[in-house]
Amino acid sequence: MTEYALETRGLGLRIGAAVILDDVSLTARRGELVAVIGPNGAGKTSLFNLITGVHRPTGGSVLLGGRDVTAMAVHRRGRLGLGRTFQTSSVFPALPVLENARLAAKAHLGGVLNVLKPAGSDARATAVARDCLERVGLAARADTAAGALSHGEKRKLELALVLAQDPSVILLDEPMAGMSAEDVPELTELIGSLRGTGGERTVLLIEHHMNVVLGLADRVAVMHHGTLLALDTPEKVMADATVQSAYLGEPL
Amino acid sequence: MSTVILLAVTGLALGALYFLIAAGISLAFGLMHVLNFAHGAFLTIGAYAGYLVASGGGDVGTGRFVLMLAAGTLAGALAAVVTELLLIRPLYGNTHAQLLVTVGLSLALVALIEELAGSDARGYHSPGWANATTEIAGSAIRGSRFLAIGVAVLVLAALVVFLRRTRYGLIIRAGVENRSMVTALGIDVRRAFTLVFALGGAAAGLGGVIAGSYFGQVEPRVGTGLFIYALIVIVIGGLGSLTGTAVAAVLVGLLQQFLNYYAAGVGDLSVLALLALVLLARPAGLFRSTAS
Repeated sequence: MTEYALETRGLGLRIGAAVILDDVSLTARRGELVAVIGPNGAGKTSLFNLITGVHRPTGGSVLLGGRDVTAMAVHRRGRLGLGRTFQTSSVFPALPVLENARLAAKAHLGGVLNVLKPAGSDARATAVARDCLERVGLAARADTAAGALSHGEKRKLELALVLAQDPSVILLDEPMAGMSAEDVPELTELIGSLRGTGGERTVLLIEHHMNVVLGLADRVAVMHHGTLLALDTPEKVMADATVQSAYLGEPL
Repeated sequence: MSTVILLAVTGLALGALYFLIAAGISLAFGLMHVLNFAHGAFLTIGAYAGYLVASGGGDVGTGRFVLMLAAGTLAGALAAVVTELLLIRPLYGNTHAQLLVTVGLSLALVALIEELAGSDARGYHSPGWANATTEIAGSAIRGSRFLAIGVAVLVLAALVVFLRRTRYGLIIRAGVENRSMVTALGIDVRRAFTLVFALGGAAAGLGGVIAGSYFGQVEPRVGTGLFIYALIVIVIGGLGSLTGTAVAAVLVGLLQQFLNYYAAGVGDLSVLALLALVLLARPAGLFRSTAS
């Protein structure tokens, strides 16, 4: 049996009588970029929250690198190599840009909850942090408070934080939201590069920009009313009649 | 002039007491959105722990008083940690239940202390210098006032260094801003929270001994009485902001003292008026909600 970097098996979430997610079985291979699309309220962010452990599923399971993490706490999944960004904002506005990235690097390198070590002493974490800022093009902004960054720069910093965590699976919740049109190509390329030169990382991406989705994704997962409608290559998904009638409305 | 100085120093000392309670409440709320109504009772526990260490009557030596301060600090921290582990932690995700359980704990602790120590006030032991007065520009000021101000300044400085220079401090500052992301990065914020709770409890317990020497007596409701003002202080200062808490504590202490003297007892009312004013003009408090 193939071992997926990420797999959900029959994942379900009910809150009272409401069915938020129903029987979602999704797989992502190592190095694969899977775009998750669907109208608002389709359950995309809920799916992310179940994968990361913010909510516990009422049915089904989540496997990370073949390991069942369904009952595992959020921070332990993070340590196991699951990184994510949030739809709203995932940075720490009052902290300098470098300190933002350093916190993420320290979380990954361990010893972050060691009371006795001073915050600035870890040269390795600092090196990782600087490297990640370099990769997203924020090296020159290291000493700026994250809150003073432009919207686009904040989105880049979020990616730097995720990189500093050195995860094997990355979940990005609408990283393009609020970006101006001219910033989209650069960020698109950046997101593509998150997979790493050897394709060592898996990326799940919630995105509404269809051109971004079609350009980046190896496969597209279409969500509708809490169910997974289709999971296939962009070409096949676009050609799928069910997808067109349920979500896209008109043929593209 | 002498009256003004006396009122200013007394007001500052009262503000210092408010700060010693409020700092812990504010940080705990900033990080985990837990509003701990039992925090005032931690001060009372600290005060009585100090009282027990003092044992004999009358004045105590400075050495014994240092022991009292240590006992109060330790008792406050211990009470806070036990509360966090046994009552707050099992109720994560349910802020209403957390709020209610701390209200209940506060009532229970006061009743327990009344049962153990009696509901009457008892004279508190202080070293001679705390009761002695110093002449400043014609006004006689008791040593305990300077003690309260000095201790609060030290606690503020220690907390600032802790938040700015240590890894836990970094996590707490980051956690106050975006707890979800800190957790997603793989950090167990709850462990940092236990420490925040312990530190807050320690400050309150220390404040208990300081309050004992400030009032010259201790009674089972001392902490819960001060708690109400501490709550107003943190709302004015901006929940989660340490600097805001310190500034608001001084503001409230001074306002209360001066108005109680010059406007015959409207000081307490004026604090509520100030609260209303701040809530109308700046609903998030005077300072932004960060652990800065």
